[in-house]
Amino acid sequence: MVRLPYLTALTTLLSYGILFVFGHLRDFFRKIFDWSKSNNLQGYAPICLGYEDFYTRRLYLRIQDCFGRPISSAPDSWFDVVERYSNDNNKTLHRTEKTTKCLNLGSYNYLGFAAADEYCTPRVIESLKQYSVSTCSTRVDGGTTKLHTELEELVARFVGKPAAVLFGMGYVTNSAIIPALIGKGGLIISDSLNHNSIVNGARGSGATVRVFQHNNAPHLEEVLREQIAHGQPRTHRPWKKIIVIIEGIYSMEGELCKLPEIIAVCKKYKVYTYLDEAHSIGAVGQTGRGVCELLGVDTADIDIMMGTFTKSFGSCGGYIAASKEIIQHLKRTCPAHLYATSMSPPAVQQVISAMKVILGEDGTNRGAKKLAQIRENSNFFRSELQKMGFEVLGDNDSPIMPIMLYNPAKIPAFSRECLHQNVAIVTVAFPATPLLLARARICISAAHSREDLIKALEVISKVGDLVGIKYFPVEPVKPNKVEHLKKIE
Amino acid sequence: MASGIMDVIANALNLITSAFDAPTGAIIFGVPIDGHLMFEALLVMVIVFQLTKKSHKPPKKPLTEKEIDELCDEWVPEPLTSDSTEETMIEPPTLESAAGPHVIVDGKDVVNFASANYLGLVGNKNVIDSCVGSLEKYGVGSCGPRTFYGTMDVHLDCEARIAKFIGMPDCALYSYGFCTIFSVIPAFSKKGDIIVADEGVHWAVQNGLDLSRSTVFYFKHNDMKSLEAIFEKITSRIKEPEKVRRYIVVEAIYQNSGQIAPLNEIVRLKEKHKFRIILDESHSFGVLGNSGRGLAEYCGVPNEKIDIITAGMGNALATDGGLCTGSVGVVNHQRLMSSAYLFTASLPPYLASAAIGALEYLEANPSVLTKLRANIAFLLKELSDVSGLATVSHPLSPIIFLKLKKSTGSNKTDMHLLDSITNQVLKEHSVLIVTTKRSSLDKCPLPLGLRLFVSASHSESDLVKAAASLKKVAAVAFS
Repeated sequence: MVRLPYLTALTTLLSYGILFVFGHLRDFFRKIFDWSKSNNLQGYAPICLGYEDFYTRRLYLRIQDCFGRPISSAPDSWFDVVERYSNDNNKTLHRTEKTTKCLNLGSYNYLGFAAADEYCTPRVIESLKQYSVSTCSTRVDGGTTKLHTELEELVARFVGKPAAVLFGMGYVTNSAIIPALIGKGGLIISDSLNHNSIVNGARGSGATVRVFQHNNAPHLEEVLREQIAHGQPRTHRPWKKIIVIIEGIYSMEGELCKLPEIIAVCKKYKVYTYLDEAHSIGAVGQTGRGVCELLGVDTADIDIMMGTFTKSFGSCGGYIAASKEIIQHLKRTCPAHLYATSMSPPAVQQVISAMKVILGEDGTNRGAKKLAQIRENSNFFRSELQKMGFEVLGDNDSPIMPIMLYNPAKIPAFSRECLHQNVAIVTVAFPATPLLLARARICISAAHSREDLIKALEVISKVGDLVGIKYFPVEPVKPNKVEHLKKIE
Repeated sequence: MASGIMDVIANALNLITSAFDAPTGAIIFGVPIDGHLMFEALLVMVIVFQLTKKSHKPPKKPLTEKEIDELCDEWVPEPLTSDSTEETMIEPPTLESAAGPHVIVDGKDVVNFASANYLGLVGNKNVIDSCVGSLEKYGVGSCGPRTFYGTMDVHLDCEARIAKFIGMPDCALYSYGFCTIFSVIPAFSKKGDIIVADEGVHWAVQNGLDLSRSTVFYFKHNDMKSLEAIFEKITSRIKEPEKVRRYIVVEAIYQNSGQIAPLNEIVRLKEKHKFRIILDESHSFGVLGNSGRGLAEYCGVPNEKIDIITAGMGNALATDGGLCTGSVGVVNHQRLMSSAYLFTASLPPYLASAAIGALEYLEANPSVLTKLRANIAFLLKELSDVSGLATVSHPLSPIIFLKLKKSTGSNKTDMHLLDSITNQVLKEHSVLIVTTKRSSLDKCPLPLGLRLFVSASHSESDLVKAAASLKKVAAVAFS
């Protein structure tokens, strides 16, 4: 949980207040200057009315160069960031030909499959030559190849469920599956910090949606008891079915979900569970099987397990793993299966190869080494950051660690200063996080070596001192600790 | 006796009246207060007190813990999937080679009319070579959303290329064709806005309309009179036209019927009533028009009149992903407000290279469009006398749509009949054609039928074989 010191909260509010006042002043003057210019909308309503895009125009555009930085190489542990310049104070940015090699702390490359891999890439190229780039067809028409059926069986085996079905994109998986499972007369209870795709899917389904406090199993129980006892709103008829939706690792907090407690509550009240493992599949657990393995929960207790291939497997697409009946039902009704182009065959092959490496079926132990490496890297990095006095969120073993910034001015300062020192950092502000809780988010990869991490720590510590985000007291550095760090290769 | 009581009553009355009329000796605001005024003041106070007191409701008792426990124990949920599984799943054919005009299914060579490979780019050597280069340089996935180091120079090049090809100032690239339209609509249209849509739009558009929470009006499929009537109705009802955004959503080639939207008429109406047009060109991009620029080029409408064009690239361009173009303001708005652009990983770089390769091929070989049109015309002529089925698609639509001349009455039996026809055509004649699939969540009211996707790389013998086998099977099925 985030503990916001009072002084920081006050200064953050003050900063935002100043920014808003300035923004409104500029809008006011803009209105006066534009009053003489003719309005060229000719009777059409403008795309953005009133203050809908105030935040975008007056706050976001000032620091636009911190977001959307283009790269010109694979998103591996080191990559080339393209330099950009602006002639009009960040309103428009132009590319240059120059690039800088930076340490990548922002891409979702947990197991290091992002760049060309010695086992995966030759097989991907072979499948590209055999099946071409795309099947141009939906799965039910003529878009199912042998690779797709092979991957569905492999995913089901990997995750630990009887059957699985693939989709071409993770976002679409959530948005199109939830309406197929539940409709009007049903209830969805979702964690308050769930991802936008789940929110969209829940809204599109037509069911009633209620929210429970983030990761709070007693509050979930309270909400369940109240909802089951009172039934549907206004008519008080009993609910047709109830689904609880949670995520394995929450990408903005880096926290693992309290899975055993929540599953216990769900079993007691006979509600169905839906687990979104977008960030945790392949990245946590002894053999990479996700939060269920890490927290010791039997996969048979969760009704539907969803995941994506973008993060740990270096590909694209999503999957749903559940019982055979549910998968058959989804194959018959889910619009993403019936209407959307099937996943591109080379991407399917990449996932098959990556999974084989993780399972050790390629004949080497690279998979086990990668899993051990990411665990070690994450724990080392997190503990070092905490010792330096930063406010770091997230649990142990999770490869995502957000560092709190709070103040709006520190967002561009931290981002730009780190880039000067060749470390590429991701900063997140409103609307992805609450207004006062801006943060910098670090994603650790198995491809990072110990030297990379030590360099990153040095840079972050220096910049952190400059910007002033070490909110907690620094642990006194023992004299022999520095040599200890450097000795570990 | 009676007179005694009367005397007592009379005395009491006298006492009360004298008390009422007696001056109390107090003078407030220059008015002498008499006894009766005190009594009236007391009465007024009592009335006010009663009025302000809440009416008596029986006290609301919340449910006790024990009652809640009982209700929770009694509640029985429906099963998660309540399907009648009597209908067995028909497994789609599994391909064992690239989805070109000929494909291998179950070890046999089959003529493929199920892939929307309109320009014949599946298996194109130049495209595959550029993809191999891209895979070796960038790997497969992009590992991040566009705002967090997921933007590669390939994406920016692809956007610029597409914008140049269509003739619009800018373009936004999405990572999946299916989600483009259902993310674009809610980004521009919110609660309180008005959308007019064709009733035959596909599910992704319907989902976008639902998510936008706007007021939606449907007009009869491709019927301009119905559209005009709805426009008149809406314009007369809007009170503040400057504040309500209005959109019309149509597809260039409807994938549920193969009809083409009459763009000239639609543009005329939308300019009269001040609507903005959102055009989904998934099946017409790279197909219609002299150089493949889409419906606007075919109808001779200048690009500035179309506000927003979206397209999925999984059809003519033989890659994956989606695009959305428009004016600079439109595209910039999407980069910050469209959820499928912001909250999801970007398009894999090799697919963007494939898109660039496809556009280069199309610009270098515009004759492929004439070949495609010739193929469509030839196949339509061959299929004009199939028993029991009638072609209803537009002569220029690369999706040839055949519907049943006489429906059996229910969608389910229609589907069974059509499925048996396609199965037979595949098994006995090695031609792959497909039926329309309809999800139970789909609200489209258009009839079901058979679809053939014609490609520029189909040879004349392929087309003859397809038509002949369908005629043979249909003759048996409808005899």
